Amino acid sequence: MGQPMQSESLHPSSVAVTSEEAGAVFQSILHFPDSVQYETRRQPDFFSDLNLDQIIEAITAHKEEYNLQPFFWTPLRDPELVRYRQEVMRDLEDEALMACIKAFAEKMRTVRRYLALAEKLDYDYHKKGWILEAALVYGDAVTALARDLAAVPLKSRGLLAFREWVQCYAQTPASQSFVAEAQQVKCALSELKYCVIIESGKFKVKRYEGEADYSVEIERIFEKFRQGDVESYLVKLPERSGMSHIEAQILEFVARLYPEPFAALDSFCARHARFLDETIQAFDREIQFYVAYLDFIAEFKCKGLPFCYPQVSTTDKAEFVRDGFDLALALATRDDAKPIVLNDFSLDGPERIIVVTGPNQGGKTTFARMIGQIHYLASLGCPVPGREAHIFLCDRIFAHFERVEDIRNLRGKLEDDLVRIHEMLSRATPDSLFILNEIFTSTTLQDAIFLSREIMARLIELDALGVWVTFLDELASFSEKTVSMVATVDPIDPSVRTFKIVRRPADGLAYARALAQKHRLTYEQIKERILR
Amino acid sequence: MKVFLLYPDRDFDLSRELPPNAADLSQDLGLDILFAAMAQGDQFLLDVARRVVLSGSDELDVILYRQEILKDCLKHPDIVRQIYSIPVEFLERKRKEWLWISPRHAGPSSILSGAQRMLEVSLDLLQKLRQIADEHAGAFTSRGFRRFFSMIKQELDDTYLATVAKHIQALRFPKGVLLSAQLGNGNEGTNYTLCKPRDRERSWLKRIFAARSPIYSFSLHPRDDHGARVLGELRDRGLARAANSTAQAAEHIESFFKVLRWELAFYMGCLNLYEQLQQLNEPIAFPQVAPADERRFSCTGLYDISLALTMKRTVVGNDVAADGKDLVIITGPNQGGKTTFLRSVGLAQLMMQAGMFVPAESFSGTVCSGVFTHFKREEDRTLRSGKFEEELKRMSAMIDLIRPNGLVLLNESFASTNEREGAEIAREVVSALLESGVKIFYVTHMYEFARRVHEQ
Repeated sequence: MGQPMQSESLHPSSVAVTSEEAGAVFQSILHFPDSVQYETRRQPDFFSDLNLDQIIEAITAHKEEYNLQPFFWTPLRDPELVRYRQEVMRDLEDEALMACIKAFAEKMRTVRRYLALAEKLDYDYHKKGWILEAALVYGDAVTALARDLAAVPLKSRGLLAFREWVQCYAQTPASQSFVAEAQQVKCALSELKYCVIIESGKFKVKRYEGEADYSVEIERIFEKFRQGDVESYLVKLPERSGMSHIEAQILEFVARLYPEPFAALDSFCARHARFLDETIQAFDREIQFYVAYLDFIAEFKCKGLPFCYPQVSTTDKAEFVRDGFDLALALATRDDAKPIVLNDFSLDGPERIIVVTGPNQGGKTTFARMIGQIHYLASLGCPVPGREAHIFLCDRIFAHFERVEDIRNLRGKLEDDLVRIHEMLSRATPDSLFILNEIFTSTTLQDAIFLSREIMARLIELDALGVWVTFLDELASFSEKTVSMVATVDPIDPSVRTFKIVRRPADGLAYARALAQKHRLTYEQIKERILR
Repeated sequence: MKVFLLYPDRDFDLSRELPPNAADLSQDLGLDILFAAMAQGDQFLLDVARRVVLSGSDELDVILYRQEILKDCLKHPDIVRQIYSIPVEFLERKRKEWLWISPRHAGPSSILSGAQRMLEVSLDLLQKLRQIADEHAGAFTSRGFRRFFSMIKQELDDTYLATVAKHIQALRFPKGVLLSAQLGNGNEGTNYTLCKPRDRERSWLKRIFAARSPIYSFSLHPRDDHGARVLGELRDRGLARAANSTAQAAEHIESFFKVLRWELAFYMGCLNLYEQLQQLNEPIAFPQVAPADERRFSCTGLYDISLALTMKRTVVGNDVAADGKDLVIITGPNQGGKTTFLRSVGLAQLMMQAGMFVPAESFSGTVCSGVFTHFKREEDRTLRSGKFEEELKRMSAMIDLIRPNGLVLLNESFASTNEREGAEIAREVVSALLESGVKIFYVTHMYEFARRVHEQ
C-alpha cells in the first residue's frame, strides 16, 4: 500500500537552538532550518515488501539509544535537501572525519551513562563525583570535536555550518571556564591519598603518611622463585561501580580528613547543574543517521559491491542504474562466498514501466525489490546500491507483493488484489512508483490477462513509474511506455539461473507453456521440484 | 630454581607424546620387562622409565650429560636416594595436609593462605636439600649434579630462608591490613595498595613534631553481613599482588619438587636396573656415541636384556663389527637367536639414546632419529585382511614416521607371501630406505635376496 511521503511529524517544529553567545546559527545536520518534518512515527507500508524493514533494522541495530528509525522512515522529496545530505555523507567518507565523529559519539555515550548513573546514586559525594566525571568527558568531547573538525577537509554545507557553530560554542568564556573548573576540582580530588586499616569487623581511615608499598617488597623477596612462565594468580577483581555503605562511610571520613576539595566539588555541582547543550545533543543523535548507514554499507563495499550517490530529479523521469543489487539480499547472504549478481536498468524517453518475465527463482522479485530500494534510499539522501544511478524522486511508492493468504480475511484473494490495487490507483499521482509482483496468480490465466491489461492501461494513462514482475508475456510489449526485461538462464543448461535480468523481448511463451509455468509444471520446474 | 638433570638446559617436556610406534616397539622389543625391572613395582618409576626410554634424545651432548649423571648415581646411590626422598616427602605432606594453591576465582585471601601453608611445609625440606648439597657436592663430578648443587647453595642460603619465613608470618597481618587508596572516577576508592605500617621505632622527636593524622574508626554491626563482605573485598583488593607473588613462589617450589622427583626417578630406575644386572652377573657398558652421519655399530657381548631379566640368568652375547655399514642382514637356522639379536640391537639403541648404560661388554653406536620395528606378527587372529596386506599396511604406517637417519629393524618382513614376490618387494623397500639414509637390520630367510644384496 502506498505511504504518503509527507508524513505526520513526530515533533512540532523544533526551534532553532543557537548559542547566542556563539554568534553562529546552526540547526540540524539532517535538514534545512525551514524544513520541519523529518521524523515519522511508523514505517511506510511498502517496507516489508521491499525488505527495507530488514535493511533499516540492520542499519539501526546497536544504535537504539539514538532512535534513528524515524529518520529512516521519512523520505525526502526536495532534491536540494537530498543533495544536502549527500554532501554530508560524502564528507563522512573521509576516515579522519569519521574517526573524529565516532570518538565524539563515544564520549557523549559515556556522558549519558555517567549522568544516568549519578541519577540513581544514594550518596551525595558519590553522585557529585559522577556528575563531575560526566562534565569532564563532555568538556573533552566538545573541545576535541571543535579541534578535530578544524583539521579535516569539509565540503558539505551541513558540516561547514556545524563546524563554525561548535567552534564558537567551544570558545565562549562560559564553555572554557566550565572545562577549566571541572579539571581543577577533579585534579584536587584525585591527588588525595588516604589509608584504610581493615581489621575484623571494623576499619579505620586516616591520611596517608608515606607508608611503603608492601606488595613490592613481597614481590622482591619471592622474585627468586618466579622463573619462566608461571601461572598468574593475580586476581582481577572486577571494577565495581556503585558504592556500599562501607565505601560511603570511608568516603565520608576522607571528606572529613580533606574538606577543601569536597567543598569545591559542592560548589561546582551547584553552579553547573545542567551543562548539556541542546544543539550538541541533537547533532550527536542526527549525525548517527549518516554514521549508521556508512558503517552498514562498509562491509559490502569491502566485498566489492558498488555504491554511488544518485543524481536525483523531480522533473526528469528518465532513469538508469548500473550494477545495482538488492541490499537486503546482500545482507541476508553476507556470510556466503557466492557473489551477488549485479543488474542494470534504464527508462528512456517515453518508457515508464519495466515488465519483468522469465523463469521462477530467476531473480525477478529481487530485481523488483532492488528498484524499489534504490528509489527509497535515494530519497533519504543515502548512497544507493549500484555503480551509477540517476533517479526520479517519486512522491509515493506503492508495492503489491503476493502475500501469504490471510484466512481472517474474508474477501477472496482475487477480490483482495483488486481492492488493494484500486486503492493504490486512486491515491497515485504521475510521480508515484508502482512495484507489482505476480499479482492475479489466483485467477484463471484469461482473467489474469484481462485484469492486468486493464491495470496496465490505467498506469500508462497516469504516466507513473513502475516495475511489474509477471508471467504474462504479453504485458511486456504493451506499449511504448513498457520495457521488457527477462530473467536469463544459462544457455547451456536452462535449469541454471544466472540471476541476470536483461533488457530484451519476453520469450513469447505459448499459452499452454505459460499456463504450465504458472503452475510450476515446466520441464525444469518439475525436475527441480522433484530433485530438490 | 631449575632441576636440569635430564637436559643441560631444559626440563623434560611432559606434554610431549610418546612416539606413535611406542606400542609396536614395546611389543617387539619386550620393553615392558625392562621397564618393570627399572620400576620395581613403583608405578611412578615405571611411567618415567617408559617416557624417557621411548623418547630418547638424538643429541650427543644430552646423551653424554645423562651418562655422566648416571655414573655419579652409580657411585653414590645412597646420597641420590636421599635426595630423591625429599620431593617424595614434600608430596606426601601435601597430600596428607591437603595443601593446595587455590585457583584464581577463590580470591586473594584464599590464595594467600594456601600458598603460605605450602611454603611453610617446604622450608625445612629446602633446608635439608641445602645440607646435602653442603656436605656432598664435592663428591659429584657430573656437570648436571655440580650445577644442581651450586644452584641449591646459591638460591637457598640461610639468610634468605629466614627472610622468607619471616614474611610468611607477616603476611598473616595480626594488626590488620593497611591499605593506601585514592579517589577514582565518581569518588570511588581505587588503587588499593597494601602498605607496611611505619616503624614505631622512629625517633621520638619526629613523632612529636609530625602532625599525626586524625584516625576515624567505624565498627560494623555484628549482623551486617553485606558490610563484612564489602570489607573483605577491599582487603582482597589490597592483597591481590602479594597473594600473586606468594602463590607463584609456592607454585614454583612445588613444581621444583615435582620436576626433581620426576627427573631423579629416571636415575632411580637405572639404579634399580643396575642392581639387578649385578645380581645376574651381567655386564653393562656406557656406550660410545657417534653422531648420526658416522654409521658406527660395533659391540662385544651384546645381549638381550629383556631375555636375561626374564630368564634371571646370564644369556649369550654377540660380537658385531659393522662400522660404516648401513645394512646388516641376519640369516641362519630357526631358533638360532636371530630375533634375540635383533631385539638386543633395538634395546641397546633405545637405552643408549636415553642416556643409559647398555647390556654389553662394550658398545659403540650411532645416534638415530628413531627406532622402528617391523616384526612378523603370527599371533594376530583378529585380522580380516590378508596377512600380506596387513604387513604392507603396517609397513606403510611405519614409513609415515621414518625420517632420515632412522634405524629400522625388520624381522622376517614380507615372508607372508611367496619368496619371489617377497624378495622383490623387500629389495625395493630396502633400497629405498637405504637411499633415504635409513639404517637397517634385517632378519630374513630369503637367502636368495640376502645373497643378491650381499653381492651388490
